[in-house]
Amino acid sequence: MTRLIWTFCLALVTVVTARDFAVAQSFAQVIADNQPKMVKIHGAGGVRGLEAYQSGFLISDQGHVLTVWSYVLDTDYVTVTLDDGRKFEGKLAGADPRLELAVLKIDATDLPSFDVAASVPAEAGSRVLAFSNLFGVAAGDEPASVQHGIVAVKTRLDARRGAFETPYHGPVYVLDAMTNNPGAAGGALLNQHGELLAMLGKELRSAHNNIWLNYAIPVDEMRDSVTRILAGNFRPGEDKPPAKPDEAIDLAELGLVLVPDVLERTPPYVDRVRAGSAAEIAGIKPDDLLVFVGESLVQSCKSLREELARLERDAGLKIVLMRGQELIEVEIPGAKGGEPQTP
Amino acid sequence: MRLSLVLCLLLSSSAARAQVDPQVLEAETARVAVVERASSATIAIFANGGQGGGSGVVISPDGYALSNFHVTHECGPGMKCGMADGKLYDAVIVGLDPTGDVALIKLLGRTDFPHAELADSDQVRVGDWCFTIGNPFLLATDFQPSVAYGVISGVHRYQYPSGTILEYADCLQSDAAINPGNSGGPMFDAQGRLIGINGRGSFEKRGRVNVGVGYAISINQIKNFLGHLRSGRIADHATLGANARSDERRRVMVDDILDESDAYRRGLRYGDVIISCGGRPVSSVNALKNVLGIFPKDWRVPLVFEHRGERSEVLVRLRGVHREAELAELIESQPKAEPEKGKPRPVPGDPKPRPERMPKGHPATKPAPVPEVVKQHYVAKSGYVNYFFNQLNRDRVWKALVARGDYAALRGAWTVVGQAPMNEEVRFELSDTQASIKLPSGELKIELTGALSERPDPPGSGGLLVALSMWRRFLIEGPEKFGDVYYLGTAPLAGREGLMDVLVATHGDVECRFLFDPADGQLAGMEMIPEEDTDPCELYFSQYKEVEGRVLPGRIEARHGDDYLQVFQCREFTFASAAAAEEGGND
Repeated sequence: MTRLIWTFCLALVTVVTARDFAVAQSFAQVIADNQPKMVKIHGAGGVRGLEAYQSGFLISDQGHVLTVWSYVLDTDYVTVTLDDGRKFEGKLAGADPRLELAVLKIDATDLPSFDVAASVPAEAGSRVLAFSNLFGVAAGDEPASVQHGIVAVKTRLDARRGAFETPYHGPVYVLDAMTNNPGAAGGALLNQHGELLAMLGKELRSAHNNIWLNYAIPVDEMRDSVTRILAGNFRPGEDKPPAKPDEAIDLAELGLVLVPDVLERTPPYVDRVRAGSAAEIAGIKPDDLLVFVGESLVQSCKSLREELARLERDAGLKIVLMRGQELIEVEIPGAKGGEPQTP
Repeated sequence: MRLSLVLCLLLSSSAARAQVDPQVLEAETARVAVVERASSATIAIFANGGQGGGSGVVISPDGYALSNFHVTHECGPGMKCGMADGKLYDAVIVGLDPTGDVALIKLLGRTDFPHAELADSDQVRVGDWCFTIGNPFLLATDFQPSVAYGVISGVHRYQYPSGTILEYADCLQSDAAINPGNSGGPMFDAQGRLIGINGRGSFEKRGRVNVGVGYAISINQIKNFLGHLRSGRIADHATLGANARSDERRRVMVDDILDESDAYRRGLRYGDVIISCGGRPVSSVNALKNVLGIFPKDWRVPLVFEHRGERSEVLVRLRGVHREAELAELIESQPKAEPEKGKPRPVPGDPKPRPERMPKGHPATKPAPVPEVVKQHYVAKSGYVNYFFNQLNRDRVWKALVARGDYAALRGAWTVVGQAPMNEEVRFELSDTQASIKLPSGELKIELTGALSERPDPPGSGGLLVALSMWRRFLIEGPEKFGDVYYLGTAPLAGREGLMDVLVATHGDVECRFLFDPADGQLAGMEMIPEEDTDPCELYFSQYKEVEGRVLPGRIEARHGDDYLQVFQCREFTFASAAAAEEGGND
């Protein structure tokens, strides 16, 4: 009897997932049309559990690539491989850690690309195609992998608070396909007409039941941020021209001691916070990772120092830091106001 | 609870059915029929005694079926195969391709097995619907296979050996579920044609279950190996004998090449640019590995390359990836980790298997003896998977040849008179002890004693006279008496369509390969290889016509290396009988 029921279930699943072979014909065309917009990204990582690659897609004909903000980009040598096999150095054009997105720029023009402004929403039940280089299956000019599925639900990642530790808590499409594998983050989610819907998120595992979540962040959520990056905001500190304020801020004065700067690009982790200092009063703690200073993304101890050197000490300071998987914003009041106030 | 949920779903489904577009219902009906047909050819494989198992698919009405090497490896010569009709059949191992992870078995007891139609897997495109059928988690204890639908995620994928011998070249990637137990099972296209054999997945940290990335060995690759698999032997994969790398302009350059390789003899050198191989453009090192991965050892495939800016198009004979002893050892060894009873072999893909919970299959009562019907189809011989099938094919090929002319009694001298390329008369005389060629310009005679490999006459031919003598000897003696003769499998032959049946025959210190056209059973060509890693003397037989009850070649083309080419038009054959041979011997 049970077997009979399973056979019926199978038949049902078949009805739901495969409507018509004709759809497959259009799939093949949609896939062929969109593969040239997909890229493979290689960067930092390579140690066990941390793959040195991820996925991305072109969002301008001038070589802007949308991908996830991750440790893979935490190096000076990010390689972007186009669908035709051409390899370029990827420069960080900007990032928004709150949305876990980054935009890379490569030195190429006349590229096929998606228009972020033209992305469309999807409803639960929408048929989708996920493009990514999951498991690094594709190399050189080999095309990205394509999976198909449907949007199971559109929901917020924090719908079950604490289940998924991620800085992003906004809306996501939860998918019935196993899209979020190693290396898949940054891949593109399209509908069956080839319209851009969302970007595949990083791997996420529920703290409650160890289930891996297959999800994508709607491009609608990222549009403003990406537009600002393309307009030149959210730029990483290193690219800015050096400014020489009259009285710059220095770390010791704030009461912050960073980890020893031993790498070419040491992530700016807080080692110690001096008791009673402005930093402590603002709520900064050891092991916090400083992500933003003002509007500038800081990727290393060096770039943090350079950025601080540009700021007037009396202007006050906004810092975004990451504690665990939580993004926290703190404010250190300007020096002119006298001693910092207890919040 | 679950039951009521399912019933609700069923009810709501039938309610919704009334409003469904008729085209959708038609497509559904068609799909159900396709799945049913495909299911009928799918088999659940269990080792005798219930140790482990997997899936497979029948590809011919007489019961030949494909599976994975890693599924059948633990089964020994015989296994049990359950089909969707609920019946259990005995099956015997036929041939193995351990590198490609393919096994050919034969189900016994019927001549009308439901079987799958083989597709052209090079026509499969990313985004095409596909479905896998098989026995995941050994669910099919009543042999009703499970079906999973998906799309093709990638084609021409290359998967590194990952710590094992299994190399998945040019495979199909799909998001249809491939779980432990699906190994060896079929992947079908939407029309229910067989496009590949499932065998591998990408897993890593999520346990050994489907994560939406499964790989199937393409059926086109298996078609190339099918003759070798039917031979009861251990097939080997091929290499150029050269390593390649991509340069900054993404050209594929030869990085290293073996002096003794055929590629080297055909002119390929360090630094040359490989443009195409096996008829496929080579745009990356992976593309080269992919195309090489689909060919068996010893096949000759077209290679296009650029040497110092000059383009060359050659036929290159591929070398084996492994030593024969290496493969034989692997086959004879037991799998390192015996799977628990009733547990499927893990799907390869991760060198470090992780613990997993599997439902238990039927418990084995006692170790089952090898069934009588399996014993009748199995002959053990060192170096072979199942010598029974080698003999079967050797005899099949020989019988087809003898039907076109019996030479067993013609043990005397043979004379072939014809025209040489410049229209001058040529006369070959071949006997057990001597071979000669006579042209108006002179005569050349060799004695067929001692080391035959040291008689490359006429000069430049690579041993034309020895080759013709071996041709005569083979036709007279047949595979039983010629020397060591075995069926190699199938291989292409320049100028002929399809694949030829190949017999390898050794006499004295030379090896000969006889190639037969399965379309008419006729000998289409032969190669006489005096020494390993040297160019053979090649003979191509054509323009066959019937003369006094025998079908004889009107044209013999002789080739050696790149430079020697002679075409002989044969006008007259004279065969002396055994009695005449004795008389001649008394002279």
